[in-house]
Amino acid sequence: MSEMVCDHCGSTDAVVHLTQIVNNEMSTYHLCEKCAAEKGLETTPEPAGVPLTDFLAQMGHEQVEEAETGGNQCSYCGLTFKQFKETGRLGCPHCYETFSYSLRRLLRRVHGGTQHVGKVYLPPDPSASEMEKRLEGLRRRLHRAIESEDFERAAELRDQIRSLEPA
Amino acid sequence: MEDFASIPDYGLSWLEASGDHADIVLSTRVRLARNLQGQAFGPRARVNDREAVLQRFRACAERCESLRAGTLLELPDAGVRTRKILLERRLVSRDLLGEEGEGPARGAAVHLSGADPLSVMVNEEDHLRVQSLVSGLRIEEAWRMVDRLDEELGRELPFAYHSEFGYLTSCPTNVGTGLRASVFMHLPGLVLTKEIGKVLQGLGQVGLTFRGLYGEGSEVVGNFFQVSNQTTLGKAEEDLVDHLDKVVRQVIQYELHARQILMRDALGVTEDKIWRAYGLLRYARSLSFEELMNLLSGVRLGVSLKLLPGLRVYTLNKMMIFTQSAHLEQAAGRDLPQTESDAHRAAYVRRVLATEGYVPADDSASGGESPDRPEG
Repeated sequence: MSEMVCDHCGSTDAVVHLTQIVNNEMSTYHLCEKCAAEKGLETTPEPAGVPLTDFLAQMGHEQVEEAETGGNQCSYCGLTFKQFKETGRLGCPHCYETFSYSLRRLLRRVHGGTQHVGKVYLPPDPSASEMEKRLEGLRRRLHRAIESEDFERAAELRDQIRSLEPA
Repeated sequence: MEDFASIPDYGLSWLEASGDHADIVLSTRVRLARNLQGQAFGPRARVNDREAVLQRFRACAERCESLRAGTLLELPDAGVRTRKILLERRLVSRDLLGEEGEGPARGAAVHLSGADPLSVMVNEEDHLRVQSLVSGLRIEEAWRMVDRLDEELGRELPFAYHSEFGYLTSCPTNVGTGLRASVFMHLPGLVLTKEIGKVLQGLGQVGLTFRGLYGEGSEVVGNFFQVSNQTTLGKAEEDLVDHLDKVVRQVIQYELHARQILMRDALGVTEDKIWRAYGLLRYARSLSFEELMNLLSGVRLGVSLKLLPGLRVYTLNKMMIFTQSAHLEQAAGRDLPQTESDAHRAAYVRRVLATEGYVPADDSASGGESPDRPEG
């Protein structure tokens, strides 16, 4: 956490650091968000610099507690929801199940949704339904490649699909 | 492999200044975050977890066609300078190198593929961070490279994947695709015309974000910005990549427009800035890295505007990398205290500009009619 003083108004939350050369002299300014905005140097509304933890801390306590009864700690890695709120980092893949209720709310806020629509992973030893989902994903990408007339890509995807389809 | 001198080219293919708009877009990077099933994520992993991850990756890399020719460098075994050089080439993150004084944790490693732009960080916040770093604006191409490698890795390694949330990552801001595509841009026109605030704000509204040279939390120096996707879940990889590409091309148009305005309304001042920057670089005896970056920004603008015809973008890219402190130390063959480092930096720049950057004295171009020639 930086504790930089804003060069303009003196508040202690300078988040924008600007280095410029004026009349051949280099100077660095540290500005708080408000003063930076006034100087036309606004940060994005949700800059990457805003720690996820601040965001997490704002999450309503009451809802979390009721939803997390009995599920406050990951049975696999031992991470508590409190620890997650402090660090913004989950402990292991299983945490996603343990804290799924709160995570869905968080993911909706951060990403605008919870459903992955990208690549479908095929584990080294796939089940039939995993195979089907993977094929679906590949067909979707193939369709897209053809639409954008990317035929090299399409050929590659077609090969991948063929290699998975039962002969 | 302790001696970095024997692997000097790693991570440098992007310097070549090929690819679209290479004067404005220095490089494109696409990375995928991947984790193994049944293992704690980086921040909660114990030594044996980390070693298990490294061992599985090593076995996989030996079988994997795209990785077989490369080198797996275990960071705790690497020299301090080597680690810094890797950081300066953006092949490892600060996190992977660990706290100052403590050094990298056991199991922290990076796989490098020589002249190939692909690399893999092992045991960072996520078990694997696969990245490709290419010259100019080539997001789609960089994505394909990591996608192919990801396919190969995924056939060997059981990735943590969830049917709803997608690829699972330590930080929920990376979950889903695990994809972060970033484009490293030089936007002096927008900064000088004071339009940059609006543009950066606009990025936020279309789901993109910006950072300084070394990623999250780093400062914006010398008008260089890294623009990347903010969200990773709910859109297909191709859509994320496409969207970034479109927006970046729009930003390039804004930048070009701003440069036109500078040339039209403030030619004298702009030329003066550029030539002063060039003059300082050409003759200074001591340069801090920050000062250098700011001066390079001016000179880079001059090259783009064809005001400094003898210089190539490649030379400018090279100066950004080889003037960083660990690179200077490597060249000097010893540690350099700050003041010496600044002197070595200035000497390197003078040498490069003397051999690769011949620029004829500009007395003719705008001499007679320049309205705001500095007094003196």
